[in-house]
Amino acid sequence: MSENKTLIPDVKIDVESILKDLDKYRPKRRGWTWRTPAPGLSMGPFAYRDASTPLKHDVSLPSAKYFDSIDPQPQPVITTEIASGRFEDDIRRMRMAAWHGADHIMVIRTAGQSHMDGLIEGTPQGIGGVPITRKQVRAQRKALDMIEEEVGRPINYHSYVSGVAGPEVAVMFAEEGINGAHQDPQYNVLYRNINMVRSFVDACESKKVMAWADIAQIDGAHNANATAREAWKVMPELIVQHAINSLFSEKVGILPGNICLSTVPPTAPPAPCVYMDLPYAVALRELCDRYRMRAQMNTKYMEASAREATVTHVLNMLVSKLTRADIQSTITPDEGRNVPWHIYNMEACDTAKQTLIGLDGLMDMVELKEEGPLREKARELRERACLFMEEIVECGGYFKAVEEGFFVDSGFYPERNGDGIARKVDAGVAFGSVFQRDEDYFAPVTAHYGYNNVAQYDADAAGDPARLIGGCTLEDPDKIVFIDELDEVDNVNVRMEETKKYRQGDFLRPEMEWMADGTVMVNMFLPVNRRVAEVAALEFARQMNLQEPEVINREIMQEAEGTRIELKGKLAFDLDISKLVIPPEPHVLSEEEIREEIAKYPMKVVCGTVGQDEHSVGLREIIDIKHGGIERFGIEVHYLGTSVPLEKLVDAAVELKADVILASTIISHDDIHYKNMKRIHELAVEKGIRDRVIIAAGGTQVIPENAVKQGIDGGFGRNSHGIDVATFLVEKRREKRGGK
Amino acid sequence: MKREDDFAERRKNIASLSDEELYRRFWELTGQVVDPLLELGKKNTTPSIERSILLRMGISSLDAKPIVEGCIDRGLMGKGAGHVVFKLARAKNISLGEAGTMLAEGKGWDEAEALFPQQKGVAK
Repeated sequence: MSENKTLIPDVKIDVESILKDLDKYRPKRRGWTWRTPAPGLSMGPFAYRDASTPLKHDVSLPSAKYFDSIDPQPQPVITTEIASGRFEDDIRRMRMAAWHGADHIMVIRTAGQSHMDGLIEGTPQGIGGVPITRKQVRAQRKALDMIEEEVGRPINYHSYVSGVAGPEVAVMFAEEGINGAHQDPQYNVLYRNINMVRSFVDACESKKVMAWADIAQIDGAHNANATAREAWKVMPELIVQHAINSLFSEKVGILPGNICLSTVPPTAPPAPCVYMDLPYAVALRELCDRYRMRAQMNTKYMEASAREATVTHVLNMLVSKLTRADIQSTITPDEGRNVPWHIYNMEACDTAKQTLIGLDGLMDMVELKEEGPLREKARELRERACLFMEEIVECGGYFKAVEEGFFVDSGFYPERNGDGIARKVDAGVAFGSVFQRDEDYFAPVTAHYGYNNVAQYDADAAGDPARLIGGCTLEDPDKIVFIDELDEVDNVNVRMEETKKYRQGDFLRPEMEWMADGTVMVNMFLPVNRRVAEVAALEFARQMNLQEPEVINREIMQEAEGTRIELKGKLAFDLDISKLVIPPEPHVLSEEEIREEIAKYPMKVVCGTVGQDEHSVGLREIIDIKHGGIERFGIEVHYLGTSVPLEKLVDAAVELKADVILASTIISHDDIHYKNMKRIHELAVEKGIRDRVIIAAGGTQVIPENAVKQGIDGGFGRNSHGIDVATFLVEKRREKRGGK
Repeated sequence: MKREDDFAERRKNIASLSDEELYRRFWELTGQVVDPLLELGKKNTTPSIERSILLRMGISSLDAKPIVEGCIDRGLMGKGAGHVVFKLARAKNISLGEAGTMLAEGKGWDEAEALFPQQKGVAK
């Protein structure tokens, strides 16, 4: 494992060493980073209009192999949410995601953290998220500091500043170099039932601290989408919520360029979603043109089909592309089934990268119409939002509006269905915990919001209250108190010890979320109806020795003819990697290198299927240009056909002054295939060409080692391809030339 | 409250606004909604804000909690929990950390309280 601060691409990240000396670790930078646009970027055979600077290390899209594995990166920052409950395992996933193109890693908090009155310390395991603590944050930021060096692009690390400990969390984030955070007091009020006065007073302080740390803020408005019955009807309200949090934040001091609106296209197919979502996207971007757009994907109508979710997400990104997205967030396509698995984070990042790069330059060719339903609907939405805001003012302000259930009502405003979320100003979690500041109120720290009587101690320090204590933790990180672990059992050291043999030894078990969790997924089609299929699938799983099997997706192919089932289960045994026999990977040269070599040193091949053998498919696969055979590298091929006598093959080589004899030999009874190879070698010796000709033979029953024992130069068995043969020929000829 | 969609009626006074005028009106109204909320933040404090101040003063999260609880019990929140630690440290000529630890352990509160003779704020 990689011990020091530099990661090595083919070596695992050493989580244990990351956890060492954390008390002394300081983040290397602060603040949010956007991607660097690279207009006119040229990669492989293509030019890109909307791309950004490429990575140093990446995992490109599968089909990129046809184009030198280029991995162009779109301009929006790409977000992925990684929070399995064990932050130590998430670190590995973060590295994988960074290689796939994520540069905004968001950590969801463990269930219930928003109601915890104070910071959590140590590293307890989470449920549905991670307990956000200083140690956990510092460890992950430290890991990301290494990972961003490796991929060559800054990675924004993100979590949540909400709940009843918002200001403390904000301070901890500022101290620890967190780059982005959710902060929206409306979220506390509506969805967490935290007292509204408390929420807004806390938010002032939180935002002030975030502004100091240059943390990008994401709001919580999109939750109205996910909560309302008919999500598209809350569009006017969404605009209102965005506006309230944004202007509130700006007035506290966050730069508009760091205020990001979390916006989700509200609908999904079978709704005509682009027709419905686009006017909303346009209206929002026009009204909130000062701020950044964090485009999130729709989860409201998400079911267990990963395919369906992916298509919806691609449509969401079409809306992003047609309008504007500064951050393109991704939702893992398995979120409708479980807490996201490693592989689906990568799928989500790939989906975003693939779609946005596929749509590169679209707006150079297409523009949104200035007349017609798009403009009309966008105007209508802005008017409805404006009327909504007007009614908030009329009724007596924000708190009154919340008390009267204005928000998350399923009616299309000004329509109201009376099902909004109403909260009382004198109730909710932490009611009664707001205290008026006295005249001599004082706080000797940086980034404190509101009244602060510094002058009572030093009139000159009003602009810098922390001067009175010689600087606070924001100026002097050495003052930060790092707490390691508080719980002897529920901590990362115990968990790491339990999985030690998988981390350090040779033992292997499949995993989806956590080291060695044993989880696997099985796909099957069962030609029975859905109900029978579900029960039968579980029985098959049990007989496959899968523990805790569970059907995670079922789709009807036809109600009587069959059902598609996806199930998960756990494998309860290990594999000792040291006992595996792993044959070396066949080595191939790049296509470019082979082509260059052949252009410089032309190569002539005579070939045929030898003996009494009419098989032709195998050899054609190896030579034909249309099957990706050796012809495509510029090798001149003389194909003599099937059942070619051995003498004829060798004579042709003499006559054509061939560099290579290729023999295909499929029939293998009585080892006739090996006998043929030996005879070709002998004939070449007899005719005096053995020194200058390369002889190779292939066939389904050919074992390369045995072929060479017959005196020829190379043998090719099942699953050989043109590139394998071409690589061999080029290298063999180099060897004959003396390595040149 | 239940209400039919009376958009056609309500929009009458904004229907004639240009897009720019509508934009200005929307943000003007938003300003009216948020300004009182910002005022609240200026004049008030909360346990979390005070704990966040103690953190910035180099006091651990474990000590910050009982210090703020002590301030609530003694009616000292209106002074600022950081202020209490600051003033106690000055009065006793000890470090902020030492003063914080004292208070977190339940010591020195009478002395701290005596340092703030003025009228104290109350919870809202």
